[in-house]
Amino acid sequence: MTLGEIRGILGAIVITQRTDMDREIGRAYCADLMSDVLAFSVTQSLLITGLTNVQVVRTADVADIKAIVFVQGKRPDLDTIETANSKNIPLLVTNLSMFETCGRLYENGLRSATGDTP
Amino acid sequence: MTGSSDGVFFLTGKDFTNAGSASSNLKSILENMGIPADIVRRASIAAFEAEMNAIIYAVAGMLSYSITPEAVKVTLQDMGPGIPDIDLAMKEGYSTAPDYIREMGFGSGMGLPNIKKNTDKLTVNSVVGEGTTLEFVIYLEGPPPQTS
Amino acid sequence: MKLSDLIEQMSLELKTAETDLTREVTSGYVSDMLSDVIANAREGSVWVTFQSHLNIVAVASLKGISGIILVNGRIPAEETIKKASAENVPIMTTSLTAFDLVGKLYALGLRCR
Repeated sequence: MTLGEIRGILGAIVITQRTDMDREIGRAYCADLMSDVLAFSVTQSLLITGLTNVQVVRTADVADIKAIVFVQGKRPDLDTIETANSKNIPLLVTNLSMFETCGRLYENGLRSATGDTP
Repeated sequence: MTGSSDGVFFLTGKDFTNAGSASSNLKSILENMGIPADIVRRASIAAFEAEMNAIIYAVAGMLSYSITPEAVKVTLQDMGPGIPDIDLAMKEGYSTAPDYIREMGFGSGMGLPNIKKNTDKLTVNSVVGEGTTLEFVIYLEGPPPQTS
Repeated sequence: MKLSDLIEQMSLELKTAETDLTREVTSGYVSDMLSDVIANAREGSVWVTFQSHLNIVAVASLKGISGIILVNGRIPAEETIKKASAENVPIMTTSLTAFDLVGKLYALGLRCR
């Protein structure tokens, strides 16, 4: 599904600039621990997290993650948003809980990256 | 890919604002050299984990890299507490991180195992009370044949 | 639904013996941040996480969480299992990712709030 559809399902707002809402997202993964994100090499996926520090964006960059959704209305600071802009990683914010976010996206057909090889 | 390259990044302990930026920069360098995407990702992930370990635990560190047509080599030398039991540290889920580190999203105990998983060769040397030197290699053409 | 039903429906593996599986699971919570769980999780919820540090047991006890499900095939350390058994906090594991497991719990009708 596209980022635009994800935004609609979650009632999310986009906080990065010039974001391509037609970007295709094929998988999703939720985590708050960055090494776990890297351990499962969930490349090309959507990362759902409650952690808003700049390392989330750096982790996403290193792991080739396609976009990040922050849950519970949590917003990263301006430096983090700027880093995401420069790396072309879309950031979305939803007021939903992580549980609700995962539930709704799964209901709409999104699945996790399975295993660690693409 | 174009030629060879080497360089160094200096890391400051507990500098979480910049943590991960050295690996990010290394990733850009690798991409600009035309290194295959899979190798770029593995090297970036391994460098990131090594960099985070140094920043979380050490006072300072130095990440140096050397890229040749044969391999990507990264060395991380830190001035930190050292690792008393390296085998234990290599176990998935084993973590010595204090709680505040976990609250920042680190310290899940996957760092060293992640480095091992993504690289072809890994050596870790450590002196408790002095620091740790970690070196990994990723071969561009695949690992050299093993001699039994 | 009862925790024991959940274990069966989700094909979870139980890691703690002699913990109470008859308790009702009234909601679900997914997070790896202890501070977040302490602030937001509800009593009777089932907690989905990849975090296997010993502290998860204390947090689960404190919040009256009905059970902890560790994802991605995470195997909890012996000391975590021992503490969980002693505190009557059931720990279960699954090879599914948190996203997929939560998706299935949601499909069963479990909610967060």
